[in-house]
Amino acid sequence: MANMSLKKNEMPSQEPNVRNKNFDEVALGYTPEMAIDEAKRCLNCKNKPCVSGCPVRIDIPEFIKCVANCDFEEAYAVLSRSTSLPAVCGRVCPQESQCESKCVRGIKGEPVAIGRLERFVADYHNANCKTLPEKPKANGHKVAVIGSGPAGLACAGELAKKGYAVTVFEALHVAGGVLVYGIPEFRLPKAIVKREIDGLKALGVEISTNTVIGKTFSIDELMSEQGFEAVFIGSGAGLPRFMNIPGENLKGVYSANEFLTRINLMKAYREDSSTPIQKPKSAAIVGGGNVAMDAARCAKRLGAENVYIVYRRSEEELPARAEEVEHAKEEGIIFRTLTNPREIIGNENGFVSKLICSEMELGEPDASGRRKPIEKVGSTVEIECDCVIMSIGTSPNPLIKSTTNGLETERHGCIVADENGKTSIDGVYAGGDAVTGAATVILAMGAGKNAAKAIDEYIMSK
Amino acid sequence: MNKILKKKILNPTVQLMVVDAKAIAAKAEPGQFIILRVDEDGERIPLTIADYDREGGTVTIIFQIVGATTEKLSKLNEGDLIHDFVGPLGKPTETSGLKKVAVVGGGVGCAIAYPVAKKLHESGATVHSIVGFRSKELVILEDEFRNVSDKLVLMSDDGTAGAKGLVTDALKALIESGETYDEVITIGPLIMMKFVCKLTKEYGIKTTVSMNPIMIDGTGMCGGCRLTVGGETKFACVDGPDFDGHLVDFDEAMARGAMYKPYEREAHAHACNLLKKEAK
Repeated sequence: MANMSLKKNEMPSQEPNVRNKNFDEVALGYTPEMAIDEAKRCLNCKNKPCVSGCPVRIDIPEFIKCVANCDFEEAYAVLSRSTSLPAVCGRVCPQESQCESKCVRGIKGEPVAIGRLERFVADYHNANCKTLPEKPKANGHKVAVIGSGPAGLACAGELAKKGYAVTVFEALHVAGGVLVYGIPEFRLPKAIVKREIDGLKALGVEISTNTVIGKTFSIDELMSEQGFEAVFIGSGAGLPRFMNIPGENLKGVYSANEFLTRINLMKAYREDSSTPIQKPKSAAIVGGGNVAMDAARCAKRLGAENVYIVYRRSEEELPARAEEVEHAKEEGIIFRTLTNPREIIGNENGFVSKLICSEMELGEPDASGRRKPIEKVGSTVEIECDCVIMSIGTSPNPLIKSTTNGLETERHGCIVADENGKTSIDGVYAGGDAVTGAATVILAMGAGKNAAKAIDEYIMSK
Repeated sequence: MNKILKKKILNPTVQLMVVDAKAIAAKAEPGQFIILRVDEDGERIPLTIADYDREGGTVTIIFQIVGATTEKLSKLNEGDLIHDFVGPLGKPTETSGLKKVAVVGGGVGCAIAYPVAKKLHESGATVHSIVGFRSKELVILEDEFRNVSDKLVLMSDDGTAGAKGLVTDALKALIESGETYDEVITIGPLIMMKFVCKLTKEYGIKTTVSMNPIMIDGTGMCGGCRLTVGGETKFACVDGPDFDGHLVDFDEAMARGAMYKPYEREAHAHACNLLKKEAK
């Protein structure tokens, strides 16, 4: 019997005033009973509109049916056919604008909680199944993957399942890319990322950390000297942007990348970490995306009394997921929208003391379709703070472009690739943020997966 | 993990290590750096490559014990493993076309200046090296510099090694005596580089400095190593570490270098930069 409740089952989570003082995971996940009950809300539509909203085309009604039937391992098997990282996607995918936005139940009431169910199934599997996947039979072909973020991992996983010998090259000392340096522990525990990567290793994927492609080896060397028949570039968009306003190099001004890397990758929030971090009293985060929310919530957890999101458009235009904005507000983050920084003022010791902003108002829609923020002439807003975190976007890292002859890029430095990831160089494919500019984990995974298919066809047709 | 093949104590606070790092040795050029972590939970610190042996597959680092990480590193011995060792990072020092160069090194910065002097010497350029230390027991690489320099001037703050005085005194004397240089390349504490640049600007001699700010990833990702050069923000890790010294905002760089002083968790938790505390 279908569950006709108009609302999703709530997911238990830590209380806002407790969680904003620790780095443990905020959402605690469904119990099996909650999951089965929620799964019964799925109408198992014949034409499966939800699947069309999923960048990796998971057979959503099929896995949910397994959950409703209490067959959680079978549900995991269905997920695994389409995604290498279900425990990650169940946590960080913007389901509200993807699969869940297409759910028929969402027409009247709330859609089925597809993301929460995916997370439940992956966590159930990880907690109860100790055996790792078996290594497929080798097909004798070698592929190199550059970058161990979502695009690279998805591509590596797909190719490994087909029997390719895949080596993933990672510049940092640990694999995972943005999943380990960017997204905080309280949103995506690093043990989960590690477990997913261990699964890939069991499939035979080699991970070469501390290897910077473009410096340690070039793409040309990988192909001509090391015997890789194809290369996938999933090097992301790691280069932080700054506003170029006065005072940006004062002490206490961070890029969100630096702030989050110190906390997430280098564990600066732990007392025993050897990497230092400023523990701000008042922090202003400039920007309104998911990364800005992450930085704000981290600053709060480091003990900041006042944490501000400073955003030049109105709340309606915030690019962050609604859920992240909601969580941030619950935790006491203060939103200063229609506010745009003009200058950062320092104290006599060269540390940040306040952020000088202009008030903004919305004008006509701009190229992005959103109403353009216009400065209110003569307006000034001052925000007292000892830390400013710039979270206004990132660009692709130029390291690969500048060391790979013949690799075509467009004017923002993004690699030019077709829908299958094919670049201007034969045998070289690319996907994820390196191609699109900063986007989401799941879009990067989708691109990695598509490229894996194209790489397989390319090598098999040689 | 990379094995320490050789360790040498150069002076009470400076050590040399030859590290097994075949892939890095194959590519390394003077002026580039590596990033290392001593152990599993260690901090990432940049150290400039002091020498490399392509055939032997080794990279040499020289570091001063200034913080918790370099302290831990100094406790490792031959045969021990360094947990992470990545590079070569940054752009090499530009030496092509130079015919006569003054290489000015200060303190442990001489470890970085030496491979530059060596490369210039090997390419046939005339090399005048001016190296400064606080006192005699801190002198490093004197013989090595002598072997690759057409002229070597040793200076010390207290006069116990070479002449008493600053490297800028020696450089000024050489210029005043009629020596002309295509370029001055200077590596040492920020304050020393600032004053070398001030001097060479007066004489209109192009000057390259090697910057070594706080960094994390070393690939352009964090932006922590940013500095102002000619009014523009540059990242030392990918745009440098070498810059036109006449354009660098040294005062800002010095302020940023002290960012974590008020947040230090232990006695010297984050004095991790190679050059920061070293006097010339």
